[in-house]
Amino acid sequence: MTSTTSGPEGSGPTELTGLTASELAAKITAGEVSAEEVTRAHLDRIEAVEPDVHAFLHVNGQEALEAARRADEDRANGRAASPLAGVPLALKDVFTTTDMPTTCGSRMLEDWTPPYDSTVAGRLREAGVVILGKTNMDEFAMGSSTENSAFGPTHNPWDLERVPGGSGGGSSAALAAFEAPLAIGTDTGGSIRQPAAVTGTVGVKPTYGGVSRYGLVAFSSSLDQAGPCGRTVLDAAMLHEVIAGHDRMDSTSIDAPVPQVTAAAREGAAGDLRGMRVGVVREFAGEGYQRGVLDSFNAAVDTLTSLGAEVVEVSCPHFEYALGAYYLIAPSECSSNLARFDAMRYGLRVGDDGEHNTEEVMSLTREQGFGAEVKRRIMLGTYALSSGYYDAYYGQAQKVRTLISRDFASAFEQVDVLVSPTTPTTAFRIGERADDPMAMYLADLCTIPSNLAGNASMSVPSGVSAEDGLPVGLQIMAPAMADDRLYRVGAAYETARDAASGSSLVDRIPQLEVAR
Amino acid sequence: MSTISRDEVAHLAGLARLAVSEEELEKFSGQLDVILDAVARVGEVAADEIPPTSHAVPVTNVFRNDEVREGLSREQALRSAPATEENRFRVPRILNEEA
Repeated sequence: MTSTTSGPEGSGPTELTGLTASELAAKITAGEVSAEEVTRAHLDRIEAVEPDVHAFLHVNGQEALEAARRADEDRANGRAASPLAGVPLALKDVFTTTDMPTTCGSRMLEDWTPPYDSTVAGRLREAGVVILGKTNMDEFAMGSSTENSAFGPTHNPWDLERVPGGSGGGSSAALAAFEAPLAIGTDTGGSIRQPAAVTGTVGVKPTYGGVSRYGLVAFSSSLDQAGPCGRTVLDAAMLHEVIAGHDRMDSTSIDAPVPQVTAAAREGAAGDLRGMRVGVVREFAGEGYQRGVLDSFNAAVDTLTSLGAEVVEVSCPHFEYALGAYYLIAPSECSSNLARFDAMRYGLRVGDDGEHNTEEVMSLTREQGFGAEVKRRIMLGTYALSSGYYDAYYGQAQKVRTLISRDFASAFEQVDVLVSPTTPTTAFRIGERADDPMAMYLADLCTIPSNLAGNASMSVPSGVSAEDGLPVGLQIMAPAMADDRLYRVGAAYETARDAASGSSLVDRIPQLEVAR
Repeated sequence: MSTISRDEVAHLAGLARLAVSEEELEKFSGQLDVILDAVARVGEVAADEIPPTSHAVPVTNVFRNDEVREGLSREQALRSAPATEENRFRVPRILNEEA
């Protein structure tokens, strides 16, 4: 982290890997650079920094280069598949892909290559986006640090001793390490936004049902939502439009036009938020919040005011119960969803020696195939759903879910968007919370309400914390199907933030020592 | 007072088909106890008259026409199977010898 040189001899991003997706797309469209060159540059970068970062579980360079060459041919023939055709991307390893394994960070699926593509992967391919590989994650997306991956943790490029957030820490780290300009994550309780916050990148959880869940290995079906990640708000918006939209293969997919998020991001970048009413969530401050996080958040609110937004304080009194409701609902749904890993049709099988019967083989397989956090949640969910406890736990949690939705509804009568810090603290050290599940769960304190209510939510970097120099995220929340408001406010804020500091935040990501 | 006993955790593990070790039982019962204590706070505000929400957005059954479409081939379906026999999934025996 001492080197500041760039180019192939140094350790910083090269000319191509340092560009944003929209810049790369423009260069590819103009014929200034080929998709193949862009892809090769990112594959080289991956090779150079992966020993330190470990953002990827699989990299498929050959397939990526072929996809890039197809994008180049299409462009040469005047039929580019989409504005992002030829731009590389990192895909979270929870989406099924026919050309690469899909492990979900679990021994259970270590060697599994699915027989079909997820809708998200399919739409990326149709748009000519180049999938570089699959990113590391907490096992089955359960965790807030990526330490629960069976294949080892991912390291935060800002400080390799720290976590990149989770569950989508591989995707966020890949962006911050300039291994990819775009990534896809999934957000059940904050798994896109919290990693974005602690790596200084942008992550969006679209409205529930906005992006198809077909081929997304299920954790908690009423909460899971796929979404775009990038280093800028505009990049996330362009990716959002590629993956969003109705899918007949997902019965919870919303059958309505996709919000015009790219237009909103471009409009927002002009920096005028007059007429936008912004509510500061009163409950997300105080005890448990790092000083530097609150300072950064308050400065961000001042910036929004200076852009013309009308800022008021709003109370959401039931948000403090969101964490409890989440850790009953999500484990309950997970205990049911993960019952499919039964060692019979695909995945790991242990103890099939002729001595053990089917039930014993299932138990032995699940014992060896699942890590501790997954087992904890399966047991917690089994408990919360069992007769005698159902009303006291799962039933009560569902009522709290109603109260959270009512809090949002009443807040959105007063304001257009809500804001809060994305996380109470900056990135913690690897190992620091590994044996304390409750401490780990607190990382998602501010992000969970939007999952329970299903509304749209974004994390955009608000600079770094004074105490430790690590990135802080500003969370912006909008009503369901008003995803465009996130992009308008996020892009306006991002432009003002960089203008005030005199440099782009991404330029302040420490350079990595290249392992040789 | 603990909410969940070691025996209950062992029972849950059985229900969930998880062959947990003695060591894990010890660790999990303590951790689940702490978690359950924290999440039980939902009971403080969840009054009787509040309706439960199972899904954030209103969902209804979605129907489609029953059209013939291409599915997975036998080969594709069996490709990832842990064991196959005569073009079928092979599973361990279901009943014990003496049963």
